[in-house]
Amino acid sequence: MERNSVAIEMRNATKIFGSFVANDKINLKVMKGEIHAILGENGAGKSTLMNMLYGLYSLTSGSILVEGVEKKFKSPSDAIACGIGMVHQHFMLIKPFTITQNIILGSEVTKRYGILDYHKAKEKIVELSQKYRLNIDPDAKINQISVGMQQRVEILKALYRDANTLILDEPTAVLTPQEITELGKIMKSLTAEGKSIIFISHKLKEIKELADKCTVVRKGKVIDTIDVANASIQEMATMMVGRPVILNVDKGEKPQEEIPLLEIKNLCVRNEKNLLAVDHLNLTAYKGEILGLAGIDGNGQTEFVQALTGLMPTESGQILINNEDITGCSPKEVNVHGIGHIPSDRQKHGLVLEYSVQDNTILQSYNSGLYSKKCILQKNVIKDHAKKLIESFDIRPTDENKAARDLSGGNQQKVILAREIDSSPDLLIACQPTRGLDVGAIEYIQKSLIEHKKAGKTILLVSLELDEVMNLSDRIAVIHSGKIVGIVDGDKCDRNQIGLMMSGGC
Amino acid sequence: MLSNIALIIGTTFMYATPLIYCALAGVVSEKSGVVNIGLEGMMTIGAFIGAACGVYMGDPFLAFLFAGIAGGLMGLLHALACVSFSADQVVSGVAINFLGPGLALFLSRLMFHGATTTPSVTLSDKMPRILSGVFPGKSFLYYIFDNMYATTYIALLLVVITWFVLNKTVLGLRLCAVGEHPAAAQTVGINVLKIRYWSVVTSGILSGFGGASLSLAIVSNFRPTLVSGQGFIALAAVIFGKWKPFGALWACLLFGFAQALVIFLGQYHQLNLPTDLLNMLPYVLTIVILVYFVGKSVAPSADGVPFEKEQKI
Amino acid sequence: MEFFKRIKSFISSNPKLFPLISIIIGLVSGGIVLLLAGYNPFQAYGVILWGIFGKVSYLSYTIVKATPLILTGLSITFAFRTGLFNIGSEGQFIMGTIVAAIFGSMFSMPIYLHIPFILIMTIAITGLFGAVIGFLKARFGVHEVITSIMMNWIALYLRNYFVRVSWLAKPNSEQTKFIFDSAVITFFDKFKMSNEGIEWLRHHPFCKELLRAPTNAGILIAIVAVIVVFLILNKTTLGYRLKAVGFNPDAAKYGGINVNKSFVTSMFIAGSLSGLAGALQVMAVSHNISILSVMEGYGFDGIAVALIGGSTALGNLWAGIFFGALKYGGTKLQPMMGAPFEIINIMIGVIVFFVAMPKVIPYLISLFDKKGEKNAK
Repeated sequence: MERNSVAIEMRNATKIFGSFVANDKINLKVMKGEIHAILGENGAGKSTLMNMLYGLYSLTSGSILVEGVEKKFKSPSDAIACGIGMVHQHFMLIKPFTITQNIILGSEVTKRYGILDYHKAKEKIVELSQKYRLNIDPDAKINQISVGMQQRVEILKALYRDANTLILDEPTAVLTPQEITELGKIMKSLTAEGKSIIFISHKLKEIKELADKCTVVRKGKVIDTIDVANASIQEMATMMVGRPVILNVDKGEKPQEEIPLLEIKNLCVRNEKNLLAVDHLNLTAYKGEILGLAGIDGNGQTEFVQALTGLMPTESGQILINNEDITGCSPKEVNVHGIGHIPSDRQKHGLVLEYSVQDNTILQSYNSGLYSKKCILQKNVIKDHAKKLIESFDIRPTDENKAARDLSGGNQQKVILAREIDSSPDLLIACQPTRGLDVGAIEYIQKSLIEHKKAGKTILLVSLELDEVMNLSDRIAVIHSGKIVGIVDGDKCDRNQIGLMMSGGC
Repeated sequence: MLSNIALIIGTTFMYATPLIYCALAGVVSEKSGVVNIGLEGMMTIGAFIGAACGVYMGDPFLAFLFAGIAGGLMGLLHALACVSFSADQVVSGVAINFLGPGLALFLSRLMFHGATTTPSVTLSDKMPRILSGVFPGKSFLYYIFDNMYATTYIALLLVVITWFVLNKTVLGLRLCAVGEHPAAAQTVGINVLKIRYWSVVTSGILSGFGGASLSLAIVSNFRPTLVSGQGFIALAAVIFGKWKPFGALWACLLFGFAQALVIFLGQYHQLNLPTDLLNMLPYVLTIVILVYFVGKSVAPSADGVPFEKEQKI
Repeated sequence: MEFFKRIKSFISSNPKLFPLISIIIGLVSGGIVLLLAGYNPFQAYGVILWGIFGKVSYLSYTIVKATPLILTGLSITFAFRTGLFNIGSEGQFIMGTIVAAIFGSMFSMPIYLHIPFILIMTIAITGLFGAVIGFLKARFGVHEVITSIMMNWIALYLRNYFVRVSWLAKPNSEQTKFIFDSAVITFFDKFKMSNEGIEWLRHHPFCKELLRAPTNAGILIAIVAVIVVFLILNKTTLGYRLKAVGFNPDAAKYGGINVNKSFVTSMFIAGSLSGLAGALQVMAVSHNISILSVMEGYGFDGIAVALIGGSTALGNLWAGIFFGALKYGGTKLQPMMGAPFEIINIMIGVIVFFVAMPKVIPYLISLFDKKGEKNAK
C-alpha cells in the first residue's frame, strides 16, 4: 500500500453561481489513508467544493486529479467511477425504500431484461456490513431506522460502489457523543484499508480528535492547510473566522430563586404515525433561566415543542404557564399567554418568504388592535414598527419592503428573533436558533438570548447541538424516547454523561 | 338476474377502459414526480388522431398506435416545460388542456371540411371484439365478453406491465427514486431529467391510447364532447388508487361500475328515478370514497416539485 | 444593436413583463399554425382585430363576453392566493345560473329589490357550494382539484335536473321559464324590442350599434368585484391571513392563523365570485337556462384568465377583457376566411404554456444572444 501517494487533488477549482463566487481558485491535496478535514464556517463554500468533487456541480474553471490523472466529472456517476463516494449532510436516502434498495440504486444488480436481483445485492451488502462492522439489516426501511444507522447506510452505499475516497459532509451534526466515537472508529478502520476520508466540519474539537490534515476555507478561498497535530483549537478558530473568537460564552448568573414559570405534567403527545412521541413527560422551567433540552433528533423534541405551542394536539397531561392551564390552546392563545417561539426550520415555519420583512414582523399580531383597525391593516404603523426592529436588531439590508426570501440566513433568523423578543414573552422557546448560521450571526443570536434571560425571562433552548446547549444553559434536561431522563446543572456537567443519557443508557 | 349482473360487469369494463389507460398515465408521470393534469388534453388529441387515422387508414391498431404517438408528443411538450424549464406543473397541464382539444378540433375542421365531428370509422375497421361469438348466446360469460373490445384487454395487460416495471425492474426503482427524492437519485448518478422526460412522454402515450380507446371502440368517431372530463376522473383514480397501478385499476373499475349502474337503473322507468340525479352518482361516490380513504394515501414526496440539476442543495 | 441589447436586459430583469411576452409568443404561434394550415396569418389577425374593434356592436359584444371571464378569473385568482386551485369555478358558475334562473323566474319584485336579492342569494348559495370544496380539504385532506372536478359534474346534472322539474320548466322544451323583467340587467331590454324603441334606434345609429349586443350592467358589477378583491387582498387582515396561508401554510399555522378556516373562507369567496358570473350571465344574456350536455367552459377559461392576469385583481380585469376579445373576435374567423375558430384555444394554450414557465423567456433571450454573437463572428 502506497501511503504517500496523492489520492485526490483539486487545482484552482472555481465555482461561480451567477455573480456569486462560491469557490475561488481552491487547491486541495488529499493523500491516501489520510483523514483530511475541510474547516470553514457555514456558507464558506465547503459544500460547493465537495459537490464539485462529487460531480454534482460542474467546475467553472480549474481541474480535478484522481491519482495524478486529470478527470472531468459530468455527473456523480463519473465521480463514483473514479472511486469517490459522498455522505451528504442531509442524507440522500429514500424513506419508503429498504436499505438494500437505497444502496443498490444507480448501481443495480440485475438478472435478464433489467429485472432486479435483490438476492445477490443483499449478499454483497451483508458481506460489507460485516467487514466494517456496520451492523446493517438490509431489509429494514429507512423510515424505521435511527439517524446513526442511516449514516452507516450512506457509508455502506459508498463502499458498495468501491469508493476509495469518502467525503463526509458534517457527519457529526446529528450524532450523540457515543455515536461520534463509533463513527471515529469506522473512519479509522477505513483509512487502515488505505481509503482516504475528506471530513467537512465547522466543529474544531472533532477535527482535532479525528483528522490528520486540515484545510481551512473562508469566504470561498483556501486560507491554509495545516497539520492538525501541530495546531491549537484557538488557532484554527481564528483561521476559520478571520478574527479571534470567544469560544466560551458568558452566560450570566443563574436566577436567585427557583420560581416555576412553565410546568409540564405527564404530557403525552402522539405523532403523525399515531405513536406516543412524548410519553408522560414532566418538566419545570424557572423564571429567569435558560433551560436546555438536549437529545438526539427524533426523540420527541419536535412533538413536545409543537404541543407546547399549540401546533399539535395533546393526548393527555397538563401544560401550565404562570399557573394558567394552556393545554390544548391554539397557537394564537398560546402566544397571548406570553410564549414566543423561534422554530427550528425558519424557512418552513418561521417566515412567509414571499412576504416583506415588514409583513413578517406582524405574523402573529396582524389582527391585534395595534396593527389593524376594523379589519384594515394599518400600513404606516406596521412600517414604523418594522423600521424600529430593523434598526435595533441590525437586520440587513435595512429595507422593510425587501422580501424575506432575499435575506441571508442570519438576517432571516434575526427577523424572527426580533419579532419574538419584541413581544417580550415570559417564555421564549428557541429551537435550533443558530443552525446553519455563520459565527457572527451565531454570536449575535446567543447574545440576544442571554440578554432576554437577563431581563428576567425564561428560555427553553431546544437544540441538537450539544455544544450549544452546554454553552448557554443554566440547567440541561435530557430527552430520550419522549421522556425526560435526567436534568443536570449547566456548569457542572460532563459531555459523556449527557451523551449516555441521550442514548437512553443510564 | 345473472344476465343483468353480467351485463353490468361488461358495461363496467367498457366504461373503465379509457380511464385505466389514463390512470396508468397519471401513475407513471406522478411516480416520477411530475403532476400531470394535462391527461384530459392528451386524451382528446389521442381520441381525434385515433378516429382520423381509423377513417383514413382502416387499420384500428395502426390508428391506435398513432393516437399514442400524438399523446406522446403532447407529453413531450409537458415534459419540456416541467422538466427542462421547471415550470409550474399544474399550469403547464392547464395549457395542455387548452392545446389538446384546440388542436384536435382545429385539425378536424381542416381535415373534414369544417366539421368538428369526424366521419364514423367503418364497423369492420373498429377495434375487434376478440371473444365475440366464443361463448354461447345468452350465457353469463357471453354477456360479459361478447361485447368487449381488444382495447380492454390491452388496458388490463398494461396494468400488469406497469406494475411489473415499477416494482421489479431497475427502471422502476429509479423512476420511484426520482419521484421520492430526486436529489438523492442524482447523487448516485441517475439522470433525473432523462427519467422524468421518459415518464411524462410515456404518460402522454398512454393517455393517447386512452383517447383512442374511446373513438375506436366505445364509439366510432371523434366529437367535441367525447372526452368531457374523463382525464380528470382518471386523475382522481390515481389518488384513490394510491399511485399504484392495481390501485388505479380498482378505482377505475369502481367508477365504471357506478356508470354501469346508472345505465342499468336508468332502464327501469318504473323506479321513476330522475336520470339527472342518477347521473351524479359516480361523482358523488368518488367524493365519498376520497373522503373515507384519502387520509391513508400518500403522494410521492417530490410529486409536483421541479428539479434543477445545479440547485443549491 | 445597442438598442436591442437594452430591450433584452430590460425584459430579462422585469419578470412582470413575462405574461405580456407570453401573449406575443402565443399570438405569433397561432399565426404560424395558421400559416402551416394554409391561411394568411396577417389576414387572420386583421379579421380578429376587425371582429373586436370593427363596429361599436362588436365592442359591446366583447365586453359582454369578457364579463363572466373577469369574474371566473377573479374567483380562481382569489383561491389561488390562498394556495388553492379552484378548477371548480365551472361548477360554481353553473350553480350561479341555477340560482338566478330559480329566483328570477319564481316571483317578481320591484327591480331595485329583485336584482340585489338574486345577487345576495347567489353569493350565499354558490359561496357555500364552493366552500364545500374548502371544507373537504380542510377536514379530510381531499385535494381540491379532485373534488372540484366532481363538483362540476354534480352542478351540471343538478342544473339539468332543475331544467326538467315541472315548476321551473317551460312546457315542451328543454329550458326553464324566462326570468321576470325585474331580474333582467340587460340595458333597455324591453325598449330595444318595442316598436317605439326600434323607431328611436333607427334615428340613433350609435346607440343602435351599442345595444345590438345584450349590453348590460354586468361589467359594472364585475369591476366592483375586481376592486373589492383588490382591497381584500392588499389592505385587510383577511387578505393578509389568506395570502400567508397561500404562500406558506406551515408558517401561517405557526403564526396562529387557522389554516383550515382560511381554506373554507377563501373557497366561499371564490365560489361566490364564479357564481356571480353565472347569475349575471342569466340575468343579462340568456334570461333562462337550458340542458347542458357538456361544460360551457367559463370556469376553465377563467383559469387561463387568472394565469395570464398574473393572479392579481387588476391583471385579471385586463386578461379577462383580452380573452373575451380574442374569443369574440375569433368567431369571425370561420365566416370571414374559413379558418377554424379553435385557433384561439391554441393561442390561449400557448400563452398559458409560456406563463407556466417563466424561466423559458430569459433562456430564449440568451439563445438570441448566442445567435447574435455567432452572426457577428
